[in-house]
Amino acid sequence: MSASVLPAGAGTVSPSTDLPIRAEGLAVGYSSRPVVAGIDLVVRGQTSLALVGTNGSGKSTLLKSIMGLIPPVAGRLEVFNRAPGSSAVRVAYLSQAHTASFVLPLRAIDVVRMARFSARGLARPFTSEDHDLVAWGMRTMGVEGLAGHPLRSLSGGQQQRVFLAQVLARRADLIVLDEPTAGLDAGGRERYLQAFAGELERGAALVTSTHDIGEAVEYDQVLLLARRVVALGPGREVLTADRLLETFGILLRDPHKEHAQRFVVAEVAHGQPQVIDVGPEQTP
Amino acid sequence: MLRALAAGVLVSVGCAIVGTFVVLRGLAFIGDALAHGVLPGVAASLLLGLPGILGAAVGAAVMIGGVSLVTQRSKLSSDSAIGLLFVGMLALGVVMVSGSSSFSGDLIAILFGQILGVSPGGLALQVVVTAAVAVVAFVCARPFLLLSFDPEQAQVSGFSARRYHALMLLLVATVVVVSFQSVGTLLVFGMLLAPAASGALIASRLGTMMAIAILIGVISTYTGLLISYGFNTAAGATIVLVATVIFFGVLALVNVRAGLAARTGLAEEPAA
Repeated sequence: MSASVLPAGAGTVSPSTDLPIRAEGLAVGYSSRPVVAGIDLVVRGQTSLALVGTNGSGKSTLLKSIMGLIPPVAGRLEVFNRAPGSSAVRVAYLSQAHTASFVLPLRAIDVVRMARFSARGLARPFTSEDHDLVAWGMRTMGVEGLAGHPLRSLSGGQQQRVFLAQVLARRADLIVLDEPTAGLDAGGRERYLQAFAGELERGAALVTSTHDIGEAVEYDQVLLLARRVVALGPGREVLTADRLLETFGILLRDPHKEHAQRFVVAEVAHGQPQVIDVGPEQTP
Repeated sequence: MLRALAAGVLVSVGCAIVGTFVVLRGLAFIGDALAHGVLPGVAASLLLGLPGILGAAVGAAVMIGGVSLVTQRSKLSSDSAIGLLFVGMLALGVVMVSGSSSFSGDLIAILFGQILGVSPGGLALQVVVTAAVAVVAFVCARPFLLLSFDPEQAQVSGFSARRYHALMLLLVATVVVVSFQSVGTLLVFGMLLAPAASGALIASRLGTMMAIAILIGVISTYTGLLISYGFNTAAGATIVLVATVIFFGVLALVNVRAGLAARTGLAEEPAA
């Protein structure tokens, strides 16, 4: 291909030929022991996928497999038609329970700047585009005022905002977020929702693991996981009480009301469990 | 004396650069193991009449290879693997040295260094190696920073976490091997940790941390040599002692400052 005849709009995601994620008969897990098997999945540009399930259900394992951090146990997994992990510049990742060492002498802006390392490699200097993306990411997450502050002086919620700003500054075609709302306050959540809706609109594909059923219902696809695939489909069709019960399988009996059965959808979502009544209606 | 100062400054610079990553990546234990693992190598090369630095390099290579082998082949954590190899290598070194009665003076030299007896050739080698280490650390600053932040983040940014981790270990081993002649195997570890740890306490940027570590290393070398000269104490040990005292001094200052800030209600204000 000659570089001089690049068509207008080159570099944008072409939805049919350049699939962010395609999985067939995929099994993911550690040292050839599958955590989840039989995953068939296609994620296109401009679409979103939410992974919903308990801790240990395989959400993070699948996300790490997509990032090429652990090899698939069986089946096929392609990211932009290549092996996972070989399209580093186009993929951004926020890991869960970020273990950023607190002795690390870094300012918030240094963390966000790391986003541009994949595009610039070892030695190429930052361009004005890099600096613009870093500033934009921090502004979007509302942490531009913290740019010069040491990371270790920030609260957990502020750190999470900085990490999300880093993801934004990657300007990736596939964005993979493992429980991005953990520790975010209401303002942070609002900014997060707006920012990543914007990323979808720009053409990126978004894959997120979440405990928040209210958020997941808005996604184009929801994958319910319980160390197996419980269901895959549009959020509003998949997130039924029966399937949620099948996925989470946690029943809490209210000691004051016999027969009243409840299940907890998430162990901890934003500090308080979400409880949905599924038992037969109580007649007082 | 001037040559000793130059050797000490070079050790300070090399140790500060790799020590920064040793502290940030939590590699202190493997740094320690490397520093002691070179002992049987040095002993063997002295028995064979070869230059000690050659044996030290072989010892460091065996140590790194052994650690990764034991970690891969067994379910042991790398801590246990490193600990085992560390003790085994140290014991092997002492057994080899104690077998030959004419060796006890050499053992002291290996363990505690002879900074006052550094040869011009040894000094030239130190200059070259320190420069090389500085260049590699500068070129690999981005992957090293990512690795210190989160190895997964390095991997997903397109920098092989395994490759750069190995490179980092290689740099640590190189500095240990060329430094042992000056401050000794036992004390290289102190120069690796104390100045960098002091830097970590006060710096808010990686480059600042490295600069502070170099500064503290150089001050320790100068002060240590002066004390050693005046009071006729072992030079290498005195230098490391000064570096350690500086670390605890910085720690105390940082705590006192945090305590004062809390009492006067300034705790919420971020450190400048």
